[in-house]
Amino acid sequence: MKYIKYLIVGILFGIILSKSEAVSWYRIFEMFKFQSFHMYGIIGSAVVIGVIIIQIMKHMGMQSIEGAEIKFVVKDMGVTRYLIGGTIFGLGWALSGACPGPMFVLVGQGLTSFLVVIVSAMLGTFLYGLVRDKLPH
Amino acid sequence: MIEIISQPWPWYISGPLISLVMFLMTYFGKKLGVSSNLKTMCTIAGADKLSGFFKFDWKGQIWNLVFVLGALIGGFIARQYLTTDPSVAISPETIRDLTALGISDAGADYAPNSIFGWENVLSLRGFIVLILGGIMIGFGTRYADGCTSGHAISGLSNLQLPSLIAVIGFFIGGLIMTHFLLPIILSL
Repeated sequence: MKYIKYLIVGILFGIILSKSEAVSWYRIFEMFKFQSFHMYGIIGSAVVIGVIIIQIMKHMGMQSIEGAEIKFVVKDMGVTRYLIGGTIFGLGWALSGACPGPMFVLVGQGLTSFLVVIVSAMLGTFLYGLVRDKLPH
Repeated sequence: MIEIISQPWPWYISGPLISLVMFLMTYFGKKLGVSSNLKTMCTIAGADKLSGFFKFDWKGQIWNLVFVLGALIGGFIARQYLTTDPSVAISPETIRDLTALGISDAGADYAPNSIFGWENVLSLRGFIVLILGGIMIGFGTRYADGCTSGHAISGLSNLQLPSLIAVIGFFIGGLIMTHFLLPIILSL
C-alpha cells in the first residue's frame, strides 16, 4: 500500500503527457524545427514554476510526507558526460520521438511497437554499463 | 467537463501540471526521473552478473517502477476515456516538411504509422528509428545521468548547472538528427 501514491501520481503523469501531446513523435519533430511554441511552452512553464516551487520548499524547510528532511539531489559537476551523453540522448529522442517516460505512456496508449524502443533502450543502458569505465566523464 | 478534458490540453495547463507532479514526488521524498528505471530493469533482467554498474539493491527503486507503471496506465486511460480524436494539430509548416519527407498522414495520430506500425518495424527504416533510436536513448541517458524528466524538469527546477549542460546536449543531438540525419533515414 505504501506504493499506491506513486501509482496515482504516475497515472496523472501519463495522462498529462498524453493530453499535452508531449509524447507525440510529431511534436518533437516540430519542436526541433522551431515551428511551434507548444513544447517550449510546456517545458518552459514547467521549469519556471518548478524553480519557484523548489525555492519555496527550501525556504520553508518543508518536510516530506513522512516527516523527514527533504534531500535535494545535487549532481556532480562536470561537462563531458552531460554534454556527450546528452547529445547521444538527443539524437535518439529526435529519432524515436520519445524519451524514457513517453515510451511507456505510448505503450499504454496502444502504440505497442514502442515496446521495441523500451527493450532497445534497456540494451543501450546495458551497453553503457559495460563500457562506462572506458568513457570520459 | 469531460468534453473539455477530451480536447488536447494547451501548454499553459500541461506545463504547470508537470510541475505539480515534480512537487508531489519531491514531497514524497523522491526525485522525478524516469530513465533510471531502465537501469533497474536491466538489473532485474540479470545484468548485475555481467557488470558491476548494475549491482545495487533494486528493491529501493520499486517506487519508481510503480510510478512508470502508473504512467503506462495513464496513457491507456487518456487514450480510451479522455480522447475523442487522436490527431495532433501540428503546424502547417511541419505538415509540409513531413510530406516532403514522404510522411503523407502527418499528424493523423501520435506517431506515424509508416514507421511505428508493426508491419513497418522490421524494415531498415523501422530498425534504425526504433532499435538504434532506443539504444541511443538508453546509452545517452545513463551517460548523461538523466533524461528529460530528471535533468530538464527536476534538475533545472533545482538550478543544477550539470542539468543545463545536459539539456544543451539534448538540443545539439536533437537538432543534428532532425535537420541532417532524419531526412536521410526517412528516405531509406
